[in-house]
Amino acid sequence: MIRRNTIPFGPQHPVLPEPIQLRLVMEDEKIIEALPAIGYIHRGLEKIAEKKDFIQDVYLAERICGICSFMHSQNYCQGIESLMNLTVPDRGRYLRTIWAEIHRVHSHLLALGLLADSFGFENLFMQLWRTREIILDIMEQTAGGRVMLGTCCIGGVRKDISSAQATVVLRQLDQVQKECDEILPALLNDYSVKQRTVGVGVLPRDKAHELGAVGPVARASGIGMDYREQGYAAYPDLGFKKVVETAGDCYARTLVRVKEIAESIRMARLALEKAPQGPIAVPFKGNPTGEVLARIEQPRGELNFYIKGNGTRNLERFRVRTPTFANLPPLLHMLTGCQLADVPVIALSIDPCISCTER
Amino acid sequence: MLTNVTEIPVTQLHGEVWALKQQGYRLVTLTCCDLGDAHDILYHFDKDYTLKHLRLRLPRGESLPSITDLFFAAVLVENEIQDLFGVTVAGMVVDYKGRFLLSEGAPVAPLNKPIGIGIDIRAKAPVAEGGKAS
Repeated sequence: MIRRNTIPFGPQHPVLPEPIQLRLVMEDEKIIEALPAIGYIHRGLEKIAEKKDFIQDVYLAERICGICSFMHSQNYCQGIESLMNLTVPDRGRYLRTIWAEIHRVHSHLLALGLLADSFGFENLFMQLWRTREIILDIMEQTAGGRVMLGTCCIGGVRKDISSAQATVVLRQLDQVQKECDEILPALLNDYSVKQRTVGVGVLPRDKAHELGAVGPVARASGIGMDYREQGYAAYPDLGFKKVVETAGDCYARTLVRVKEIAESIRMARLALEKAPQGPIAVPFKGNPTGEVLARIEQPRGELNFYIKGNGTRNLERFRVRTPTFANLPPLLHMLTGCQLADVPVIALSIDPCISCTER
Repeated sequence: MLTNVTEIPVTQLHGEVWALKQQGYRLVTLTCCDLGDAHDILYHFDKDYTLKHLRLRLPRGESLPSITDLFFAAVLVENEIQDLFGVTVAGMVVDYKGRFLLSEGAPVAPLNKPIGIGIDIRAKAPVAEGGKAS
């Protein structure tokens, strides 16, 4: 007789870098239902944003996430610029793109490393994170911080990258590309890795659309949705090419991230070489009025900020919808019907960021 | 600026959402704002990067019908609105009963503003372009 049990996966679990609980209803080893429980690290950032000055909120937005921090501040600034009819100078657009794409490389390397760790390939995890250190060094050299850059501001950026710095960064990006070319084939071609990822946690295209999947999760299921196509920042000048796979399994999600690393390095290199000279920010006066839904493509997918200004220094409402929040319902679908041993791999294949999700 | 916004009464919510689903729209998220005597609920949809928004005004004390029967993707955000704004969402397929983000002893509806302070920008004349210093 099959016994039905409920197993709590998390909030503390060796493969989870942040606390989330998945309540798994099991029949023997097979999952028949999964439910998430969050709230362990809810910080109330949306409430704090209403109390702060809208300029201070740039730094608050950056602290929503400790991985893709720059893109949070970039999206917030783009939203405020839209409300205040500000046009960012060309060099400012390029510098934003450089830092954003470097952040994407660091985020994807982190995610792939954690995925390798989830199926016990610790050596690969360490190799990927060692390469990621070069990216963190680039950020420290160009912005002064390794994760929190603090360079984005309303109207442009606060810091420039000199030509001498750009030369060093280009050399370091070559090194990252060389190391990725050596390490990533192990992730894609290894027999054991394929055994754990191919055909596991499949999310069909129609389900991905219905459940609101975004980012690499959606693109691995055949949905060609990448907001960089819409041409914010300097992307229209860089010949951006989106990466789409169709299998919808853990392997396809990994493959999308691997290919995106190469594309991000290419675009960061091109932006460093092509960045026009000129001002990096435009001054502004006044306070934001009106409402906007600002969008940007983060490493994990589309990030949405609803910003409502009322003409004062304080925002009326600042609402954050992070990509992991959108990818949790698809995760529940992927888990249903899988084996308990596959839960860590499937959960990490969406690259969950719980601090972002809870805000 | 937010464009393509359709204001609807609560009674038309299901019909409008169903129509958008049939047209191939994806649910992006919901946004709730406290207007003082009511809640302003925005439903954001996307199709091929084009956004469409449904807006309804929900008087305080009234319950919001869930759309999770049409879009399961709404289940987390509807629970979040129930927690943070104290809005009762009726008919959710998974109801955390106000304990999705908040634990016992947490402030009740922490994102609500004190009654009378909520400001509805739709009722105000637009400020000069670029905003005006306060």
